[in-house]
Amino acid sequence: MKLLRNLAITALFALAYPGVASAGVSVIDGTEPERQARWEEISEYVFGDRPIEAGDDHIAIEAPRRAQDPALVPITLKVLKKDEVRAVHLVIDDNPSPYAAKITIGPAGDPSEIRLRVRVNDYTNIHAVAETADGKLYQTRAFVKASGGCSAPISVADAEALEGAGQMKMKFGEGDKTGSATLMIRHPNFSGMQMNQVTRLYTPARYLDHVKVSYGDKTVFELKGDISLSSDPVIGFAYDPSETGEFIVQATDTKGASWKESFVVPARTN
Amino acid sequence: MSANLTDRPSSHHKPRFSGRRIADAGFSRSPAMSRRDVLLGGFCLCCIPQLGFAAAETTGLEEIASGVFVRRGPDVEASPGNRNGIANIGFIVGRDAVLVTDPGGSLADGRWLRSEIRKHTEKPIRHVVVTHMHPDHCFGAAAFEEDRPNIIGHHGLGAALQARGEFYRQRLAEILGPQEVGAVVLPTQEVSPDGAEVDLGGRVIRLKAHEAAHTTCDLSMTDSETGLLFAGDLLFVGRVPSLDGSLLGWLDELQKLRALDAKKIVPGHGPAAAEAAPAIADLERYLATLRDETREAIDNGMTIDEAVETVAQSERDRWTLFDDYNGRNVTQAYKELEWE
Ligand SMILES: [Zn+2]
Ligand SMILES: [Zn+2]
Repeated sequence: MKLLRNLAITALFALAYPGVASAGVSVIDGTEPERQARWEEISEYVFGDRPIEAGDDHIAIEAPRRAQDPALVPITLKVLKKDEVRAVHLVIDDNPSPYAAKITIGPAGDPSEIRLRVRVNDYTNIHAVAETADGKLYQTRAFVKASGGCSAPISVADAEALEGAGQMKMKFGEGDKTGSATLMIRHPNFSGMQMNQVTRLYTPARYLDHVKVSYGDKTVFELKGDISLSSDPVIGFAYDPSETGEFIVQATDTKGASWKESFVVPARTN
Repeated sequence: MSANLTDRPSSHHKPRFSGRRIADAGFSRSPAMSRRDVLLGGFCLCCIPQLGFAAAETTGLEEIASGVFVRRGPDVEASPGNRNGIANIGFIVGRDAVLVTDPGGSLADGRWLRSEIRKHTEKPIRHVVVTHMHPDHCFGAAAFEEDRPNIIGHHGLGAALQARGEFYRQRLAEILGPQEVGAVVLPTQEVSPDGAEVDLGGRVIRLKAHEAAHTTCDLSMTDSETGLLFAGDLLFVGRVPSLDGSLLGWLDELQKLRALDAKKIVPGHGPAAAEAAPAIADLERYLATLRDETREAIDNGMTIDEAVETVAQSERDRWTLFDDYNGRNVTQAYKELEWE
């Protein structure tokens, strides 16, 4: 008869950890004035006293009203005046670290469609701010219902999650999607809010903070990331297909690890 | 008691409930919270709360075979008043001892089960088998503290509960209230990849630890006396399955369940007992559809949100709670298959 293995566990009934605030309880369904005040506070922190105009004719956000998975909420940013806009900022107002990403568009880039996957910790406004070459700011927003995305444990053990970190894949659109691509990077993007119950320690934050994509010798985009980007980040973007050469991706994380990968655009058949 | 199992050291018998009370006292339940749909981020949510559901009446126990009792979990979500008693739970009575599986969806659900057991038998409750980490299956274990049972789980269960248990506990406490949920109980005995057996006195229970499938810690169990297969959430009948492990893995593990050649099977959700072959075939059809259509969506350059809208829609009318879980399953499937 096969034996069961006895486990050396010091306490059968594990201690709960009293110091943990419950995700989602702190900032409940705010009212509109509260949300507005929150946004003013964040926008001042990020942009100082620069004026931000309503920008629905410059930029649009597509986001699910209710997230399927709060740790993986797909967001699409569409820049409508792509010749004017050189950078896009993404802010998830009620996340613990709201400034989720800044994407700067390079000479081989095209901001018309940027796709990201983010963590959403609470019912929140998500703001996208388009920045033009002459420094003007235009904002739009969407409201997303999700909760717990930042503290949600990732599916595998911490060490295992880091094993393949930096592995990359790039998919290129074909046909009418020529000029669009999707970059995938393996990385757990630890948020610093994911707790191990037995050690009672939070896994320290460790996330991709910088990703640069270039095509030929020109920059497509640079992304500054934060803990709000989902684990195994996936970034959809558009580029100028008239360029030639290789795609080069350089990525670094907050612990100083860096990775570099190159990709060749499949030969076009048209 | 089986001579093959070793008692754990007595230090295991010191539950630390005082710590829990401190935690509970510091936890304020917000009335606003209870009006929201709270998503248990990232997981199966056999218990995504859907307030507005009438509190489901918990059904009683059914003796589905000699000495085997199962409570059918209703196809609803956790809500205030239903104790998260939404999974199929029950027990097996042997000559010498009782084995519980699963223990229930909360301390309150586990207490209910324990009191039901005591209406049927006074034999000692020696084993509590936790089929996997999901809240609707594991939180009842705390109700069996005084029985000092072996808490038996997959070799991956301990790590999974360490990573997620507290998160689950908090989320469930937001719905049921912390007193009803109870503590996270870690396994004291693990089932290795080779499997294990428990003897209840002439009645041997065979345990099988599966590869990543519904979750990363799924256990199934066969009762040698009746041939009944307890599948845990490796099998959903009627209620739409939730994917929280590996889609491709689950399809493989279904083949292994099939190879066990059981006639009757106790699913984690659905009727207390079902004919094995058609039940496995139904789930396999759903999962294969999910796999094939998600792959197709990825190949066609569809984004994850486009895939959520289109994949596996032909299955809608075949499952309860379809719209609550299918989109999430597609998201999980997409994430798994996009790296192929
Ligand atoms: Zn379940
Ligand atoms: Zn489950």
